[in-house]
Amino acid sequence: MARHEGRGMASVNYPIGMNLGGDPSQALIHSNPDGKFTVALSAIDLGQGMKQVSRQIAAETLGVPVEDVYVDTADSDTGPHDMGSFASRGTHRMGNAIIVAAREARGVLLEAAAEELEVNAADLVTDGRGNIHVRGAPSRSITVKATAQAAQFKQGKTIAGRGIFLIPLSAVDAETGEMNPNTAFAHACLVADVAVDDETGEVEVLRMTSAYELGRVINPRMVEQQLVGGAWMGISHALYETPEPYYPNPEHGPRDFNEYLMPGPGDIAPYHVTVLERPAPDGPFGGKGPGEMCANPVLPAIANAVYNAVGVRVDELPITPEKILRAIRANGGVKPGPRRGGPVNWR
Amino acid sequence: MLELRKDLFADERDDNLNVVGKGVQRQDMPGHVTARTRFFDDHAFDGMLHLKVVRSPHHHARIRAIDTSAAERAPGVKRVLRGADVPVNKNTLLSLINFGKDDEPSLAVSKVSYKGEPVVAILADSEAQALAARKLVRIDYDPLPAVFDVEETLKPGAPVVNETYPGNYFEYHERFDHQKLRFGDVERGFAGADIVMEHRYQMSPIEHAPTETNGSIAAPEQNGRYVVHSCAQGLFFALGTTAKIVDVESNMLHFIGGTVGGGFGGKVDSLTEPLAVLGAMLTGRPVRFVLDREEEMLYGSPRGAERIYVKDGLMRDGRIVARHIRSYFDAGAYTRLSSYAAIKCTAHVPGPYWIPNVASDIYVSYTNRCPSTAMRGFGVTAVDFALEVQMDRLAEAASMDPMEFRILNAYRDGDMKPHRRAAKNTALVECVQVAAEKANWPLSEQAKRASSLLGGGAGDRAQIPATQLDARGQIGRPDTRSGPVTQVLPAGTSRIAPSKQPVMEGARDGRAAPTQVPRYEPQRPAAPPPPAYQPAPPPYQPGGSYSPPPAYQPASPPPAPPPPAAPAQPQHGAVRFSSVFGTRRR
Repeated sequence: MARHEGRGMASVNYPIGMNLGGDPSQALIHSNPDGKFTVALSAIDLGQGMKQVSRQIAAETLGVPVEDVYVDTADSDTGPHDMGSFASRGTHRMGNAIIVAAREARGVLLEAAAEELEVNAADLVTDGRGNIHVRGAPSRSITVKATAQAAQFKQGKTIAGRGIFLIPLSAVDAETGEMNPNTAFAHACLVADVAVDDETGEVEVLRMTSAYELGRVINPRMVEQQLVGGAWMGISHALYETPEPYYPNPEHGPRDFNEYLMPGPGDIAPYHVTVLERPAPDGPFGGKGPGEMCANPVLPAIANAVYNAVGVRVDELPITPEKILRAIRANGGVKPGPRRGGPVNWR
Repeated sequence: MLELRKDLFADERDDNLNVVGKGVQRQDMPGHVTARTRFFDDHAFDGMLHLKVVRSPHHHARIRAIDTSAAERAPGVKRVLRGADVPVNKNTLLSLINFGKDDEPSLAVSKVSYKGEPVVAILADSEAQALAARKLVRIDYDPLPAVFDVEETLKPGAPVVNETYPGNYFEYHERFDHQKLRFGDVERGFAGADIVMEHRYQMSPIEHAPTETNGSIAAPEQNGRYVVHSCAQGLFFALGTTAKIVDVESNMLHFIGGTVGGGFGGKVDSLTEPLAVLGAMLTGRPVRFVLDREEEMLYGSPRGAERIYVKDGLMRDGRIVARHIRSYFDAGAYTRLSSYAAIKCTAHVPGPYWIPNVASDIYVSYTNRCPSTAMRGFGVTAVDFALEVQMDRLAEAASMDPMEFRILNAYRDGDMKPHRRAAKNTALVECVQVAAEKANWPLSEQAKRASSLLGGGAGDRAQIPATQLDARGQIGRPDTRSGPVTQVLPAGTSRIAPSKQPVMEGARDGRAAPTQVPRYEPQRPAAPPPPAYQPAPPPYQPGGSYSPPPAYQPASPPPAPPPPAAPAQPQHGAVRFSSVFGTRRR
């Protein structure tokens, strides 16, 4: 009886936003009299970071410090319509709507500053630190705060903007399945190293190594949070979880976290992610969305690693010890596959 | 551990940004870690009632009689709701986008189709009183035969799960019992292949298991309106669904949410909002309806199971020449969102590979279990599992390394996908190369030199092939599930208009409308770029100096003046503007 190590991989892509389109997002942005901006949305932050993504995209487009932007979401009386936070659509759809709204607000801001500085608005730039100045002449400047005060109390201007992003709904052909499903796709490849105990049938995920291409990374820490958390969800999905362990037999349903198997802290594997950025042509600053795909390659990579370790295919998820032991027995014992590569190039 | 490879696709980006790309702290993080963030359940009201539902103990049964008289007299009970109290007691979630027929009641009336289906709702002063009264409701059931298997349920004579769809399948295009994908001639592809293999894959259901269970609190506001604190993943989705079911104008509802304790797709079904609002309307009191953990686990709609058959034709040199996929989504008793996922799955077939002949038949099957719903990777996760395990098998059959096999078959820019649109902006090859390098998994020099930018869209790879059509699987006629080819669609045929340009709109009020978003449209060098793969990654560089977005244009016609080129990274083009789909890279 022994532990057998194995290595497997999988590569995937993932569509960004609701399939077929037809899922608009809207944004409203306005400044208070001190040049601090509020972004009003009805987007949902499930923990994934919708508020912060919105804030960084708004600040970048407005040309003001990120601290001067606050995202207010979600109140149906004040936040305009948004389809919701699902289908990896938040960053792509809402990000574009925010850019449109922020560009309009920035336009008024620069017009107001131009009036104060007695220059052409087209000659003005922002420094991202709260100042507006004439291009190439940083001394001819005014703060965003002073501009907002002038706009509000002297000029009678609203520094505000509104935006919508919509990919119009596509039809689907009944006979061929022809359609316009999506405009942006993210990509990934993941390698899983596992150890399989041929006595207990247990699988330990030793480590995972992946590369994800996600378009522009809006916030690398939030990308990391999504990809690492999602990979652990993938381990759980591959090896532990189901409310119907003998599906399609509906019995034996778990009722709580004691009965529903999920990985504990000891089951979490070290994980290294490399992120590539090929900007989406229609993404906000090229952004796509890592929200959903982060568990997907983990499932087959682990299944393929189990095969590499002991020579059995478990084609029904989750890959439980019972299924592995039965498959090893049916296969006439453990049959390890070829060793693939050496120790990983990361610590 | 996260590492950014800024060297790859660098010529397609302008990295001179101020705050986009920076790992700055989240606006909401201090609130989360100091427990000051308010979630829906942090909005208690004076005089709030607690709603609990009585659920079916049977997988499938007729309801002969419901007696709520004892429950109505129980201590603290203020109201008992039955199906007849729900103004519009039949809905399907995607009716908001005009897709599918209303098939699901809020409270079952004449039959239950899954164990856990809500039949009666009790509103009481305390949760304990509502739970106690729940036991006093007497429902007389007549159990019916149940079906749990996605293929058994499609056979003639199977119990009818969902009367709206009497064949136990979702009806596509008012014509077929499944969604088709047809591209080329898979049968000819299999006939000409060196190796043909078919395998069956099965994904069991899983739970979303959010920390915060589904729930909502509804309370009368002034002027006949109702405020709803909701954990919905789509605020207006939940508002629209609730307005339809309780039959009020949408401006009578004021939904507040946006801060949710985990969703993963399990909070798009509006499981609690309609009954909470209805309870508040009928009692004039605030109403809290929150699933407990057991309800969330058993009846809070899981990710549905999928059964997938993958058949491939493979040449000995490793090229896949034909792929057919037949798959069954287990919707449970009602449609919810499964009908959408099957089409998303159709668009995803055959995975990120170029294959000249591809077909799929995707079914949505009704079974007597809790309706399933969206979950992270909806429509894609299960088929990716099937496809990637199959790819491992195919690589072995071709005596190829699995990484090299992926790179050989990977789709590249310009390749025609089976839904008849060309791939663009692809990066699978580079992901495989980088993962192999970090995992110390050796690749051949040829595989290292491959690129998503090279070799795609050449010859057949860019073409829509002549395609075999059939009329298999007509609604109400299971006898038609096998049948001959009825028509050959000529090469190059397209019947669906390309997507219109995304609608983006700033202002209409006379001020210049910036109708275009900033985008990064680098100029392609005249010669194809060198292979993007570079073995030595530079360390993570958090961006260069800041270059502001182009100035606002008060008058529309003149093009935006280019901003000053960033001195630190002169190789990156200036920020450009163009219509979203107007310019192509290659």
